[in-house]
Amino acid sequence: MEETVYKELESEEYFINMGPQHPSTHGVLRLVLSLDGEIIRKVEPHIGYIHRSIEKMCEHDSYQQIVHLTDRMDYLSCHINNEAVCLGVEMGLQLEVPERVKVIRTIIGELTRLSSHQLWWGVMGMDLGAITTFLYGFRDRELITDIFEETCGARLTMNYNIPGGLMFDIHPNFQKRTKDFITYFKKKLPEYDDLLSNNVIFRERTLGIGNLSKEDAISFGVTGPTGRASGFSCDVRKHHPYSAYNKVEFKEILRTEGDCYARYQCRIDEMWESLSIIEQLIDNIPEGPYKAPTKAVIKLPKGEFYQKVETARGEFGVYIISEGQKSPYRLKFRSPGFSNLSALNHMAQGCKIADLVAIMSTLDLVIPDIDR
Amino acid sequence: MKSIVNYFKEIFFGLKSLVTGLRVTGHYFTHPKEIITQQYPENRETLKMFERFRGEVVLLHNENNEHKCTGCSACEVACPNGTIEIIHKRVDVDGRKVKALDTFVYHLQMCTMCGLCIPACPTDAIVMANTFEHAVFDRSKLTKVLNNPGSKIMDGIK
Repeated sequence: MEETVYKELESEEYFINMGPQHPSTHGVLRLVLSLDGEIIRKVEPHIGYIHRSIEKMCEHDSYQQIVHLTDRMDYLSCHINNEAVCLGVEMGLQLEVPERVKVIRTIIGELTRLSSHQLWWGVMGMDLGAITTFLYGFRDRELITDIFEETCGARLTMNYNIPGGLMFDIHPNFQKRTKDFITYFKKKLPEYDDLLSNNVIFRERTLGIGNLSKEDAISFGVTGPTGRASGFSCDVRKHHPYSAYNKVEFKEILRTEGDCYARYQCRIDEMWESLSIIEQLIDNIPEGPYKAPTKAVIKLPKGEFYQKVETARGEFGVYIISEGQKSPYRLKFRSPGFSNLSALNHMAQGCKIADLVAIMSTLDLVIPDIDR
Repeated sequence: MKSIVNYFKEIFFGLKSLVTGLRVTGHYFTHPKEIITQQYPENRETLKMFERFRGEVVLLHNENNEHKCTGCSACEVACPNGTIEIIHKRVDVDGRKVKALDTFVYHLQMCTMCGLCIPACPTDAIVMANTFEHAVFDRSKLTKVLNNPGSKIMDGIK
């Protein structure tokens, strides 16, 4: 008699769709959750809602035209994506770019990382129910987009790099504006701690949630601040320096906890590091040409070229297979978001649905980067 | 005993953190001058874009309705997504048939504002304008002809 009663009370797994239109999935990511009550048993990401076949489009574009497509992948670190393609092409051509270009690329790359982290910080707060942070993050990001708009000509999809250098020289106001921003943001960054980092509700919702061990981070290929919060030393800027990163001093932020709060702190500390990198370079931009002379039609020699860079989300790789034509035979992007998403199921198992939102926020997913 | 102390400590630090956060928002509430919100579209008159801002492509004309485009199609080749379409005509110059620009068709609906056409132009005939309000009621209005009716090429541009 008792047995039958238990059977009736036994919970049954059921499925729920989160997304593709859900505010906390940051775009069109569909998660199929199998739940036991409110406890998550399995998370299955379904992607493909924003697939634009960028890799295929690259196969019939010239190398100059490929650059602007990478803007549309990880739009929050578009300059760094552009840089990756340009560095790959320059590697194939064995072209040495001027020192000035390297320094400017590094400064704008770090500004991009800052603006991406600012947006992430705002959105992270909003995902957990604090609309205030969203407005504060965007307030400070606005100053960076102004710098970009003045120098690069666009706020989001900048397309400032071309194979061999930059599209045009920096604007005369660039240095002054950047220095103003650094002094301004150094005062404002502690506000971030006051508003969110030390907030009791925020800490309760992130401390000890979504643990990812170092071994798992390595086996899932999780990179960027997400991987470094688990103790996986994976900063491409440090291990395989490109552009001007071998000239500056900065710390690789490493944490061992591997929970949501560690990932959060990792990014906040990275903002301080980015500020210090820009400070070291902004007064030392060498004089010289802003691009190396290239042919109008770039043809890479036959071969395979791989270039990786560190975007705001992790390791971004460009793998070019060239047959000696003016467009690549095959071009593969290794996007950080895709690998980071693969760890979501592992991290979210046993958590509640509200925790899943926090975990997804700290992964800092950009869906066009995952789908391409 | 220790757990009770910790319990009250947690409450105290929790409340303190909330007050710290409220102090930041309260500061901006009482100092409205530090808020940088722009009232668009009310500020349309004073809103000025940066000179390098990439809006739509325009073909520059001088006061005599002359442009610099030779119809060489360099921008058409440089464009990644077929936004620019150059239609040629043949004109007589000193008894020779020479290729010249007939219609400069610009499909704004396909343009990604990447700006690759501007450095590609050998005669600096086109620039990116600072306009950004591109919304229209009908899709067909986005296909534009950039050369003015009756315009011709400037003297000395080859």
